[in-house]
Amino acid sequence: MQTPAKSPETRYREALSQGRFEIQHCGACASVMFPPRIACCACGSSALEWRPATGRGTVHASTVVAQRPEKGGPYNVVLVDLEEGGRMMSHVAGYGARDVPIGLVVSARIETETARVVFDAADAGERA
Amino acid sequence: MSGDPLRGATAICGAATFGLGDAGGFDAMEAQTIAALRALDDAGLDKSQIDGLFGCMQSEFLNTLAFSEYLGIAPRFSSNNRIGGSSFLAHVQEAMAAIHAGLCSVALITYGSVQRSLMGKLQTAVTAAWTPHETDYGPRFPVSSYALMASRHMHDYGTTREDMAHVAVAARQWAAKNPEAFARDPLSVDDVLAARMVSSPFGKLDCCLVTDGAGAIIIARADIARTLRRPPVYVLGSGVAHHAKHVSGMQSLTKTSAVESAGRAYDMARVTPADVQMIQLYDAFTINTILLLEDLGFVPKGEGGRFVSDGHIAPGGSLPVNTNGGGLSCCHPGMYGLFTLIEGVRQLRGDCGDRQVEGLDTVLCHGVGGVFSSNATCILGTENTL
Ligand SMILES: [Zn+2]
Repeated sequence: MQTPAKSPETRYREALSQGRFEIQHCGACASVMFPPRIACCACGSSALEWRPATGRGTVHASTVVAQRPEKGGPYNVVLVDLEEGGRMMSHVAGYGARDVPIGLVVSARIETETARVVFDAADAGERA
Repeated sequence: MSGDPLRGATAICGAATFGLGDAGGFDAMEAQTIAALRALDDAGLDKSQIDGLFGCMQSEFLNTLAFSEYLGIAPRFSSNNRIGGSSFLAHVQEAMAAIHAGLCSVALITYGSVQRSLMGKLQTAVTAAWTPHETDYGPRFPVSSYALMASRHMHDYGTTREDMAHVAVAARQWAAKNPEAFARDPLSVDDVLAARMVSSPFGKLDCCLVTDGAGAIIIARADIARTLRRPPVYVLGSGVAHHAKHVSGMQSLTKTSAVESAGRAYDMARVTPADVQMIQLYDAFTINTILLLEDLGFVPKGEGGRFVSDGHIAPGGSLPVNTNGGGLSCCHPGMYGLFTLIEGVRQLRGDCGDRQVEGLDTVLCHGVGGVFSSNATCILGTENTL
């Protein structure tokens, strides 16, 4: 067991707030995981290394959450499979109340003010 | 005879509900207690004979402690196992093991909620949950997680909103035959499709009710159950499985850990899906029934939508599902799992009036917890199955 110097959750959020989207790679089995962890959820190793995410991903599942116009209107929630591995919930900008198509290739953009990652369609019409 | 020592070693000897729909001003603890006392009457037992206590409430974190004080019992085995709405089926498994080990002999499993009376607010005893990487994006809990699963099932297998609507319609047709059900008005596929969207692809009528309701069952060592008032309903097999809490942490959005919980239950019970005559399952959303028909082994993966659209699960169909109306039309007081067991027991005893299905010996009950995060399966049978 290697105790990390800092909370992985805190480490992840601090990087985002500095404009860097980084995720953990396992030094033992090469698994990539999200959200941040103390130990690899595949093999149990605590030898985890932070690396910049490529930011590319593919929409795996998609929903539009209803919301009254005065509260901002409907918005989409998606699951994105990251290129290097790992899956995260997120939002694809530019789709409004329309369903984001499953299979859409997307690229990450950091919203520093909220310290979260959202996605944009990578190229119009491109599909995985 | 060789085989699992837990198979048929316990039986459900009492079952009752109270306040399905509207609990009439009783609070959750009161409603739970009324259900428990009705179950004791059903079994012909006194509360002093209860030595095992199981429960999981949304409004009371230390449920069995509060309930033992309120009811005035002192169990020697106690569990608040809290894996979501499937907890009560997991409690059955724990009770089977505890009774087999001699740690208790007559166990009470209870639930109660008055969430409808409390303005439909989701009651939860958990305030510091591990969810930060989903809440950032505003998914509505729990519907958006199930909606994401449904979107992927539609993408991979061609399942349609119409297929899912058939689940809601079948549930309503059963509810129309159940005087205890909360929603009994006629419902069409078009009605379901026209309802306002909540989290696509789900409209309001793809979602379970928000009601009050309480339930209780009593499970006893089989030799004790045989001496009581009602025909014992034997627990032939049970299984529990879970991997992840969040939809974003699931290995597959279209194949759940129900595959494993059911596999374990079938192995213990020494039955196959072909032996199961009826299913009572936790239909929090219409996709649940479709996914579970597949994962419990009744239809091949991807065929659930067509199976329900062909009318198999509705009254008169080949595989009755949720004969009380389910969470979609009977009741959904926050956590529904216990009501799958109560309806299974009532059907196997022949207590179900207009909705009774004849000739039953084997019923499968299945609960899901969280956002399909946990799965728990119990297979129940009459004396003929021993
Ligand atoms: Zn590893």
